[in-house]
Amino acid sequence: MTAPSGFTPDTAAPPAGQGGAAPRAATAPAPDPAEQRRRDRRSRRYRWDLRWSPYAFVAPFFVFFAAFGLFPLLYTGWASLHQVELTNPTHMEWAGWHNYSRLWEDEFFWKALRNTFTIGVISTVPQLMMALGIAHLLNYRLRASMFFRVAILTPYATSVAAATLVFALLFGHDYGMVNWSLGLVGLDGIDWQNGTWTSQIAVSTIVIWRWTGYNALIYLAAMQAVPNDLYESAALDGASRWKQFLHVTVPSLRPTILFTVVVSTIGATQLFGEPLLFNTAGTATGGADHQYQTLGLYMYEQGWVNLHLGRASAIAWTMFLILLLIAAANALFARRLRKSQ
Amino acid sequence: MSATVSSRRTLDPAAPARTTPRGGKGRGRAGRQLHGGKITYAVLILFTIGSLFPLVWTAIAASRTNTRLAQTPPPLWFGGNLLNNLDKAWNGANMGTALLNTTVVAGTVAASTVLFSTIAGFAFAKLRFRFKNILLMLTIGTMMVPPQLSVVPLYMMVAKLEWTDQLQAVIVPTLVSAFGVFFMRQYLTQALPTELIEAARMDGASSLRIIWHVVFPAARPAMAVLGMLTFVQSWNDFFWPFIALTQNGNPTMQVALTGLSRGYTPDQSLIMAGALLGTLPLLIAFVLFGKQIVGGIMQGAVKG
Repeated sequence: MTAPSGFTPDTAAPPAGQGGAAPRAATAPAPDPAEQRRRDRRSRRYRWDLRWSPYAFVAPFFVFFAAFGLFPLLYTGWASLHQVELTNPTHMEWAGWHNYSRLWEDEFFWKALRNTFTIGVISTVPQLMMALGIAHLLNYRLRASMFFRVAILTPYATSVAAATLVFALLFGHDYGMVNWSLGLVGLDGIDWQNGTWTSQIAVSTIVIWRWTGYNALIYLAAMQAVPNDLYESAALDGASRWKQFLHVTVPSLRPTILFTVVVSTIGATQLFGEPLLFNTAGTATGGADHQYQTLGLYMYEQGWVNLHLGRASAIAWTMFLILLLIAAANALFARRLRKSQ
Repeated sequence: MSATVSSRRTLDPAAPARTTPRGGKGRGRAGRQLHGGKITYAVLILFTIGSLFPLVWTAIAASRTNTRLAQTPPPLWFGGNLLNNLDKAWNGANMGTALLNTTVVAGTVAASTVLFSTIAGFAFAKLRFRFKNILLMLTIGTMMVPPQLSVVPLYMMVAKLEWTDQLQAVIVPTLVSAFGVFFMRQYLTQALPTELIEAARMDGASSLRIIWHVVFPAARPAMAVLGMLTFVQSWNDFFWPFIALTQNGNPTMQVALTGLSRGYTPDQSLIMAGALLGTLPLLIAFVLFGKQIVGGIMQGAVKG
């Protein structure tokens, strides 16, 4: 048996071919040279396989990953220091920090930043709280529980484009179903398109509709991993269902909640299709007064409507820095949480 | 040496690998065993209606005429114009091409993501090599980076390669996924016993044989989940296709939909017919495989 006993190069047995074979060939009663050569070749191929195949297995991923993920990310930073026009994207002219200083003075940039934040909050907070509540209900023993699970997940199957176009129609001012329903209970119709808060609430509704069920299932999965005896002992102590939810379920779910907060935050910073298509005027301004233009949409407007790819890159990198800040804050928060436990 | 013969016997589709560790899902220790009360059902039914209503209403709106949609009591039941609208969308607005394009894109991307994620995930889970931890950290770190950050250079690359309006512009950049690699690594770390690989090595199996005869059989459930999730995501992907493919060239479903809504007086019933066409395939998948999709998402949540 010439095969090394371990399966990793680190623990592999001393090589049986090459170096090891030569002296032995001198002392041992001459083995068939052809057989010996074959065995050498096999063991060499074997060690070669052990050493290099891990790289071969991760290589396809990293080649594509480097070409279409990592390189563009860094190159965006480089492009943000240049003036690049969409009409001639390969021609770049050095501009230094000009793109960034322009952003700093641009009121629409600040507006987009603020909108991204407010839309992010009014879409994420109710969404995750509702998801937690639904997950709690789904965790009871229910008839047709699988039906409910599938039903609340179906919005996840719709695309941003389809969902937004439908909701834009539902939120229509004159003939929309939402305003019609408000009229039924005697309320005035709301101008969902043009108000700042109303339009942001409408855009957030689309996000909430699409993602609440998905998050509920994530919470449900985490809830099912909570050991039953925690509830039993809480019940013995006379804790009501609500108390059990607050003092057993929620604390056990902390890591999962943190995870969904991070994922939703990242999702909120990328919001693009909803504010683009909610605008029935078909422009990328996020409403006549930029009232629901997000950073993602603003970047698109600068790059692909106003043709300034360099400025779009600067916006992209600003978003990246904001995300890094959020990640750092989050890591700090998570550590604080862990210490307090 | 009868390596091939013996290995085939020991490598036989991973009987022990099937015993997924840490079962504990559903039944057994499933949270509380309390029955839901009437209020529980009422609230859940309300949420179900909220989840399904916009979809049902899309179908209602798609079955009406544009003029009917611009009248005050909005239609609450189906009309007779569905086939007409679908026909207009299919033939007049390029939705047939879009549907085919989206199927090709999502199918290719899902297949390649599953394949590359499984082998890379296996290497990260079970093999030892230099720079492994750095590479893994890199993979996880960039999972957090939104796609907007890479769009400008991607657009430049696509323009330079003259891929604008061609499907490969959408397919090639998404052939692999960091999430997929991480997902498969998490799964294989637990679900694939290291002894099984060692045994295969002892029998002289090459790495490729091990991938084929040990890893793939053990990874099959996770591969199915990842494939489904990637397919849905790729089908619904909007941002990058919207930039790389123009509406009137060679669109995917989502891009074609935005094309429908542009123009002076967009035909709302036509748009709704398009939305219905774009959503229907996934809805059918939900009706058929809803249970598996739900299970997959919950499983991914616990592992991830």
